[in-house]
Amino acid sequence: MFSYEKEKLSEDIVSIVNKYGKNRTSLLPILQSVQEKHHFISETAIQEIADLLGIHPVEVYGVATFYSFLNPDQKAVFKIRLCQTISCEMQGKEKIKNVLENELGIKFGETTKDNRFSLEFVNCLGMCDQGPALLVNQKVYTKVTPEKVKEIIDECKSQFSSHFLSKEE
Amino acid sequence: MPIVEYKNGMFSDIKPEEGLKKALSLSRGEVISIITDSGLKGRGGAGFPCGTKWNLAASASDEEKYIICNADEGEPGTFKDRVLLKEYPNLLFEGLTIGGYAIGAKKGILYLRGEYTYLLKGLLQVLEERRKNNLLGEKILGKDGFNFEIEIRMGSGAYICGEETALIESLEGQRGEPRNRPPFPVNTGFMGHPTSVNNCETLVLSARILAKGADYFKSFGTPKSTGTKLLSVSGDCKKPGVYELPFGVTIKELLKIVDGEDAKAVQIGGASGFCIPKKDFSRKIAYEDVSTGGSVIVFGEKRDMLDVAINFAEFFVEESCGQCTPCRFGTVEILKGLKNLKKGDLSLSMLKELLSLGKTMQLASKCGLGQSAPNAFISIVENFPDEVLGREEV
Repeated sequence: MFSYEKEKLSEDIVSIVNKYGKNRTSLLPILQSVQEKHHFISETAIQEIADLLGIHPVEVYGVATFYSFLNPDQKAVFKIRLCQTISCEMQGKEKIKNVLENELGIKFGETTKDNRFSLEFVNCLGMCDQGPALLVNQKVYTKVTPEKVKEIIDECKSQFSSHFLSKEE
Repeated sequence: MPIVEYKNGMFSDIKPEEGLKKALSLSRGEVISIITDSGLKGRGGAGFPCGTKWNLAASASDEEKYIICNADEGEPGTFKDRVLLKEYPNLLFEGLTIGGYAIGAKKGILYLRGEYTYLLKGLLQVLEERRKNNLLGEKILGKDGFNFEIEIRMGSGAYICGEETALIESLEGQRGEPRNRPPFPVNTGFMGHPTSVNNCETLVLSARILAKGADYFKSFGTPKSTGTKLLSVSGDCKKPGVYELPFGVTIKELLKIVDGEDAKAVQIGGASGFCIPKKDFSRKIAYEDVSTGGSVIVFGEKRDMLDVAINFAEFFVEESCGQCTPCRFGTVEILKGLKNLKKGDLSLSMLKELLSLGKTMQLASKCGLGQSAPNAFISIVENFPDEVLGREEV
């Protein structure tokens, strides 16, 4: 991590902690915000949060790793989570899994080398009547078809290019 | 897609804030006795009487009390709360406010599962409107001494946090591991204060009961399971969706409504529920017969029930919090056994051992997750022996 990145992270964490309050009950909202802003919860972030809340970093690590959406190993910008529960399985989840893997060139449980996409399974998304369903970060897609997978990934990729364009301007 | 309502059911003829206005015209005790009289039981699946819960929280001696709406809907096959949160948010917050009034809480917390983060924005808007309309804040609807606020807190993808004490742990910034009960949350809940944790549907119904009266509610259902129930139907049927139906409806009747009459089995109550084979389709959906938090998954003729059992077993291996031994080890052993069964590589005596391990889990696990984890496995093996036993070796 570059030092300017570290400074930016510290700054963000201080403002997030101030927003939610320096107490243990705020830990989950703090972790959720850090994750949303920085795409993942790094060891540095865990240490900073622990220092600010006055608890041991292992406490923070223990909480972060308990919740599947806060996994510190999960670094991708776009986290694609495919529902693997029975109703979605019965509606063709396996096909979507294959298309996703082929399209991104990674297997489920992996992250692309550029840290842009990750694939993982999740349990019931509560979209059982409209499966197969998947989440891209917080956005839900239902009745996903193989063709739709391509659209979803292209939609994500286009966000990268617009991001870079705005930087160049 | 909204709810497919029952004719003249609890969702008919909704007038804004009718239940809350009625509640505020009564004393706290009167509100609780109406809910008690209605026989409303917890709609999350456990079926604890709502009136009793509120009464316990109300009579606990503490200045600070909380009411929590459990919107951590994670049971496979359940999506009724999603529909309530999306289509009836005002009714839900109305119910939460009524509960707050009844038990004497100044603060309500909606615990929304991380998977539903996309609903958050809309819900926050509704809360803002309610503040503007004096439905939240101080002296709600001019009622002296009734101040109430609602906060929304997000989960982060842990099924176990639907268990009420795990949910409270999560709110307190801890790993979502269930606590020992007793003490129950109604005495020692969020931050050690008396807390009532209610399911979304329970709170919505409490608002409707106050609006329509306990007798209206009791006119549906059976004596032990009063009222209507929202059923989330998915799987091999032509009309999946959320249906409001009176308790006591038979599985056969339900399948006719959702157009899934070719079913060979129905899973009632999600992964933690039971698999009901065709010969038992005359059984009733009610607390005293086949109980459910709302999940109904239909399996057609062609489904391999062993695959279904494996899917549920994988679910529990992933979602067990790992705190107590029967659940942590039991879920893994059951999955291993099922996979061997599928490979044609499991002796009958080993299967018998696994069934007995299942019974141990039901008895010895710390919370409802572990206690109900073997249900699907046991009911599928017992009900479909011809299908699951004696597979050819792969």
